[in-house]
Amino acid sequence: MVGIITYGAYIPRYRIKVEEITRVWGANAADITGGLGVFEKSVPDLDEDAATIAVEAARNALKRRNVDPEKIGAVYVGSESHPYAVKPTACTVGEAIGATPRMTAADYEFACKAGTAAIQTCMGLVKSGMIPYGLAIGSDVSQGAPSDALEYTAAAGGAAYVIGNDDPIAIINHTCSFTTDTPDFWRREGQDYPRHGGRFTGDPGYFKHVKGASLLLFEQMHTTAKDYDYAVFHQPNAKFPQKVAKDLGFKTEQIKPGLVVPHLGNTYSGASPIGLAATLDIAKPGDRIFVCSFGSGAGSDAFDITVTDAITSGDFHREAAPSVQQLLKDPIYLDYARYAKHKGKIVMQS
Amino acid sequence: MSVARFWRHLPQRYNMVGTKCETCGRHFFPPRTFCPDCRRAGKIVEHKFVGSGTVVTYTVIHTAAEQYSMLTPYVLAIVKLDEGPQITTQIVMDPAKVKIGMKVKSVFRKIATDGESGIIHYGTKFVPVE
Amino acid sequence: MRDVAVIGIGCTKFGEKWESSFRDIFVEAGALALEDAQLSGEKIDAMYVGNMSAGRFIGQEHIGALIADYAGMATRHIPSTRVEAACASGGLAFRQAVIAVASGMEDIVIAAGVEKMTDVGSDESTDTLTGAADREWEGFMGATFPGLYAMIAQDYMHKYHMTREQLAQVAVKNHYNGARNPIAQFQSEITLDTVLKSTMVAEPLRLFDCSPVTDGAAAVIVAPLERAREFTDTPIKVLASAQASDTIALHDRRDISTLDATVAAGQRAFKKAHLSQKDIDMVEVHDCFTIAEICAIEDLGFCKKGEAGKFTADGETALGGKIPVNTSGGLKACGHPVGATGIKQVCEIVQQLRGTAGKRQVDGAKIGMTHNVGGTGATVAVHILGRV
Repeated sequence: MVGIITYGAYIPRYRIKVEEITRVWGANAADITGGLGVFEKSVPDLDEDAATIAVEAARNALKRRNVDPEKIGAVYVGSESHPYAVKPTACTVGEAIGATPRMTAADYEFACKAGTAAIQTCMGLVKSGMIPYGLAIGSDVSQGAPSDALEYTAAAGGAAYVIGNDDPIAIINHTCSFTTDTPDFWRREGQDYPRHGGRFTGDPGYFKHVKGASLLLFEQMHTTAKDYDYAVFHQPNAKFPQKVAKDLGFKTEQIKPGLVVPHLGNTYSGASPIGLAATLDIAKPGDRIFVCSFGSGAGSDAFDITVTDAITSGDFHREAAPSVQQLLKDPIYLDYARYAKHKGKIVMQS
Repeated sequence: MSVARFWRHLPQRYNMVGTKCETCGRHFFPPRTFCPDCRRAGKIVEHKFVGSGTVVTYTVIHTAAEQYSMLTPYVLAIVKLDEGPQITTQIVMDPAKVKIGMKVKSVFRKIATDGESGIIHYGTKFVPVE
Repeated sequence: MRDVAVIGIGCTKFGEKWESSFRDIFVEAGALALEDAQLSGEKIDAMYVGNMSAGRFIGQEHIGALIADYAGMATRHIPSTRVEAACASGGLAFRQAVIAVASGMEDIVIAAGVEKMTDVGSDESTDTLTGAADREWEGFMGATFPGLYAMIAQDYMHKYHMTREQLAQVAVKNHYNGARNPIAQFQSEITLDTVLKSTMVAEPLRLFDCSPVTDGAAAVIVAPLERAREFTDTPIKVLASAQASDTIALHDRRDISTLDATVAAGQRAFKKAHLSQKDIDMVEVHDCFTIAEICAIEDLGFCKKGEAGKFTADGETALGGKIPVNTSGGLKACGHPVGATGIKQVCEIVQQLRGTAGKRQVDGAKIGMTHNVGGTGATVAVHILGRV
């Protein structure tokens, strides 16, 4: 049965508060904290990027369980901020965890759902018997244009999943997707910052696809929200996932552990993977978890997951790597100037 | 640093792969293929360092080479790895808090980049063990 | 093996020499040495020149040939060799010249040192100097040259509790001496405050703990002692020449704040000369940073390990003290044109022994020592010279 063998997350130490960003642009912090439910977001260190975050998340996963890296037959890294336009992050990750050279690899881009797309690919390779283990990562150091609404939430972080069928800690019972060509949010080649369609990103974007994939999963699995203990939705802010959860019949307690955006921000390709990691951090054997990601462009991947006894067995050591809550603790706050320096928003002498 | 020179030591830079002399038990990082103590009698094998160590001495760099000027002030230290060898490395931390004797562990970071269009040099730095 | 003597010396002014090229400064120093030895260039049998990095500073290699050519010796086709050991290039060039004469292979040999550092920007010169350390495992990890010596200082201060003021006193003393040396880059005295308030470079070393970037050249002429009086009334005998090596990286050393190569070279020199520390009247040590002088005087045995700070603060290394150190102003005040320093040190000791050191003369100077270091201590050359 294909599932999650182990998982790990990584969040950089630095943060910037929404009030500090609104201070610079003369905006109103309460609109963001109250309206969007986001208070602060993570910021990468000067020497961190989507690749270093992906490696740390992968290494955290491997700290929790003894997986022979040479048996990892595929590495896929999803991001919107791959350090290279050409030269895969997946190769650097593969090298850094000792999985090279007998593996396949590629980088994915699908806005915020590139990480879950990587999980689906690994599922297929494992299920078909082509590889024993696959590593799927969603990692980002997302950029928001200065003073744009997205600047308040575009954050940094990532999570890694080793997919296999040999004693998983959580079985992925099913996955299905809902994908269309929808220009809700995009970034042209060579542009520094993404652009978006404003309110168009809501109903025709996020809600249509999350509902589309979620309802499809309910239909294919003959389930409703009540059949799940937890649910994780893509979280560009706190408002959207809470609304879609409610519309689909989920209760607040079900989405609570996986709703990390208020003090993390939107980690783009890392968002759903980190939300799932936060849920797995507290899950018990038998818990059933519903996951639905969303990536602009647009599409959603939904998953039906059941946690197994292996999560508390001797083989898997959850405490061997930091939980998402532990990664969120003891942040170092930056002012806007330091934040701009960290994010490369200051034009230096070339 | 040229692409070949960077690439050649990826196992050392990313994964702290060194060597060990099985004859006398001494560890080497960077790897040595010849034990200076046992000489030809030494049996050398590969050894992947755990990435844990102690600060032996340090400084805080305020004036750096151009490649690292964005990071100043940063902590540069000589760390004694648990297995024995000493290395020079950056420690990512508040410079005011560095102390001789503190325990550190390895992390994966960007060391430098070859300008705006050259390759990125990833490698290992250290952070305090909390 | 025959005895060797220095018969002529010459040194350009050290400093930022915008109007002078690499070729200009070498020729100037060489001419001064030939003048001093009252020697015509045709008498020179061989040349050794110390230079760390003309390749990066002026894009020029093949220095031995270049210098023989511009010194007017190319048409005589004499052997001319460049010697490199980072900041110890000059000391090693001197040693090679001494060996050539002592062995009987050559008779009259020039040992020169030259560095032209200001034709590149400070980023480039800083990076070039990092080549004196372990580029792969120190420089590439973010170490700067001052950063490495700062780690030595931090280790020293952790073990021996020297105060920051005692360390700064090294620079104050050297500037005092430099102000009395016409060729020194810095001609003014400084106070403790100047050092302690200067820009932080790498904790605990500040700008005034660090030697500067300098252009300069120096040359000495050596000959068999038995022939020295053909050229000079004041031949200075080379009583000992010693050289030692150690690991290139500071992190591979046995003890971070002891330069074992200094200890080894110093002991070998004293043994060869049948002398001990009390016989030395003054010593030129390699103070690329103030901490380097502290370690040097201990590692050469002039005071006990851990006591050099107090020794300095008490004035024992000042001009009137027990063992004057760096009467030239050292690298700090005289300047540090990398390849030239080791030769300049010999020039200074020769002047002292001849009694021509003017305002910085050590009375009754009979025996002097030079100590030249490459990198953080991977190469050390020590020479002892004496009046005949």
